[in-house]
Amino acid sequence: MIDKGERRMADSQYVLEARGVIKIFGSQTALDSVDFGLRRGEVHALLGENGAGKSTLIKILTGAYQPDGGQVLVDGAPVTLDNPLHAQTHGIGTVYQEVNLLPNRSVAENLYLGHQPTRFGLVDHRKMERDARVLLTRYGLDLDPGSELGSHSVAVQQIVAIARAVELSGKVLILDEPTASLDRNEVERLFEVIGDLKRAGLAIIFITHFLDQVFAISDRVTVLRNGRLVETQVLDALSRTDVVRLMLGKDIAFSGATDLEPENPTTDVLLQFSGYGRKNGVAPFDLTIHKGEVIGVAGLLGSGRTEMARIMFGADPADQGSLRVNDKPANVRNTTDAITLGFGFCPEDRKAEGILGDLSVRENIIIALQGKLGWFKALNRDEQLEIAGRFGESMDIRAASLDMPVKLLSGGNQQKVILSRWLATDPAFLILDEPTRGIDVGAHAEIVRTINRLRDDGMAMVVISSELDEVVAYSSRIVVMRDRKMVAELRGKNINPGVIVQAIANNPDEATP
Amino acid sequence: MRRLRLDRLANPQLLALVGVLAINWLLFPSFFHVTWQDGRFFGSFIDVLNRGAPVAILAIGMTGVIATKGVDLSVGAIMAVCGAVAATMVVAGYPAPIAIIAALAVGLACGLWNGFLVAVLDIQPIVATLVLMVAGRGIAQLITEGSIVTFNDPSLIFVGTGSFLGFPMAAVIAVVLMVLVTLLVRRTAIGLFIQAIGVNRAAASLAGIHSRMLLMLVYALSGLCAAIAGIVVAADIRGADANNSGLWLELDAILAVVIGGTSLLGGRFSIPMAVVGALIIQAMNTGILVSGFPPEFNLVVKAGMIILILLLQSPYAALPFKRRPAASNKTASS
Repeated sequence: MIDKGERRMADSQYVLEARGVIKIFGSQTALDSVDFGLRRGEVHALLGENGAGKSTLIKILTGAYQPDGGQVLVDGAPVTLDNPLHAQTHGIGTVYQEVNLLPNRSVAENLYLGHQPTRFGLVDHRKMERDARVLLTRYGLDLDPGSELGSHSVAVQQIVAIARAVELSGKVLILDEPTASLDRNEVERLFEVIGDLKRAGLAIIFITHFLDQVFAISDRVTVLRNGRLVETQVLDALSRTDVVRLMLGKDIAFSGATDLEPENPTTDVLLQFSGYGRKNGVAPFDLTIHKGEVIGVAGLLGSGRTEMARIMFGADPADQGSLRVNDKPANVRNTTDAITLGFGFCPEDRKAEGILGDLSVRENIIIALQGKLGWFKALNRDEQLEIAGRFGESMDIRAASLDMPVKLLSGGNQQKVILSRWLATDPAFLILDEPTRGIDVGAHAEIVRTINRLRDDGMAMVVISSELDEVVAYSSRIVVMRDRKMVAELRGKNINPGVIVQAIANNPDEATP
Repeated sequence: MRRLRLDRLANPQLLALVGVLAINWLLFPSFFHVTWQDGRFFGSFIDVLNRGAPVAILAIGMTGVIATKGVDLSVGAIMAVCGAVAATMVVAGYPAPIAIIAALAVGLACGLWNGFLVAVLDIQPIVATLVLMVAGRGIAQLITEGSIVTFNDPSLIFVGTGSFLGFPMAAVIAVVLMVLVTLLVRRTAIGLFIQAIGVNRAAASLAGIHSRMLLMLVYALSGLCAAIAGIVVAADIRGADANNSGLWLELDAILAVVIGGTSLLGGRFSIPMAVVGALIIQAMNTGILVSGFPPEFNLVVKAGMIILILLLQSPYAALPFKRRPAASNKTASS
């Protein structure tokens, strides 16, 4: 199949190409005239933060979505891909993070499902297993094709999925975060397979959040941001810092340096996390937070920022290390423990984990306070209205009525409702995960103002944000996460987004521009 | 509750109940004719209250479960189990109060079992409660040893056939239970928490709500209500019939809750409206019986009713009234 592709290759520089692709969902433009070209025999990394448009682009290239504008070309000829199955007939195969195979059937059946070799109209099991064994050897797997797929490791299953995709399509292989659930050795094994396929002339799109892996196997990289193409580059021409900068959209040269607060804060220590961590969550970290301090947390998506927040709040409780609150030992085994200690948490995914959509603005504001009071000390309607009204005013929540369902509010107002929910519990420590993502400019400014006001009132906060300018502006110290580890704690003078970008990219020796 | 407004009475459930009762009255002019005899009321309307009580009692417990986005299929089987426990115990010579308490305890245990499967083991409610729905009837038959256990204990019979202030005991129990449970969930924060879990369990947990404990509570309450209904039905027929007691009543209870305006997707709920839903179903049953239609007709009418309700609840039904939400917001803010 690969050979067939080779002969037609002469027609075009690209095996698979998107030209000026546009995709619109409702009032949002998910992709805005994006160009993307995939060459034969290359590993092409596709990068971008959440909402950059990576998955939308992949879905268009595999026929899961139809573009609202522009063209998809295979070997230089425009095609309409009706669905992923149709894309397969054009030679485009996809392997997802979660293996989409049948774990309770044999490896051979999984490889040939839907196109089994037949004999007299019946499945020829012997031939199928023989073929499977030959195929698996090519991928460096020596295993019994008759064994159950589920009995093998995720890495092996992943390779079987790749083998199947290559067998079925044979020209283009799209790997959507294939390494997310693999350990280091398994990743290396997968990379060997990818390297072999590349040398055999396959064109590969590789999507991952891990920069190390991008640099380990990619030839070229395309970066998307906010639905637009930022750049397509040969990877050798780029440093890690360049890549992070492209992804976050920060032009280091212009940002002025800011002096963070003095090394030794004068206020009392509120929290001391020591060796705090969770298996498969975040490696143990040490962090001391004073009253009236804002700790900014920077890092790429998947770097462990959200996991750190959830461990601190007890949503995924820590399984190692210790915590002291006000210099007394404390135990956070669940969210209730955290709330009792005066913690609050605004999650990143507002819709899935934040708002109670069908309940009223009033109920959404008082719910955490009521949770703290328990089942039997119910706030009556007048008390609820008083509390909700107070925060509605001080946070400037724009709602026609406090009794309207919160799902009808705009994103910014919903975020203010969730902030109010925690402020109503009179917290000592607030964790905000991407509090300004996806909200309008006015609400954005309002939330930054609120963070500043709360800090000046003596509240301790951890704020996770991809908006580096903003993080620098309100933080007292900045913690940098990479590969689920806390890798740096920036403090003192001359902190600017450029320094943070370098810390994220792990390039301390690179000269500051 | 304090500010009972007239416009609140004009809700679809009460209008539907009035409509069904009015149709009954047209088909059978003496429908509302109530006589006083032997110190109690008699008549078709009183019969609706009496016959509707078991489903109403089930619906009270079912409302809480459905509000958490769950469903309890086992209530009919729990009725059979608890009826069997009460009957065999009085037959074995235990006093009626002891037998009743034992039956209630068994119902509570059944509910806690369902709650354990749903809240702790995270099994989907429809599957988790299917276990007892199937096993429950077998357990009930084991208790009654395969026969219909009949009894003559006057105190136990009173629960099903007696009267209080002239009203049938079953209806009185349903009303008292409705008031108690409504007060329990509305005067405490439990009702709000149940709604929060039904709307978004992940968000509710992050806001510090003990979702497991609340799920255990609603399933336990549903089991307890099923036990009460089971005792009432057994007392009414003076015997425990493991095969037929409460058969398919879980479906009537779910229908009553849905007619009462609680969405199967969880969230907002109303216990009194679920009881009204049970009365609507029973008024239809009784209406068909007294008007001389064959009882088989009942099932067809019920199916038609379900289709109508589902249509009204579907998002498309709101399309012709699209302006409505905006208008109601305006009145709410003024």
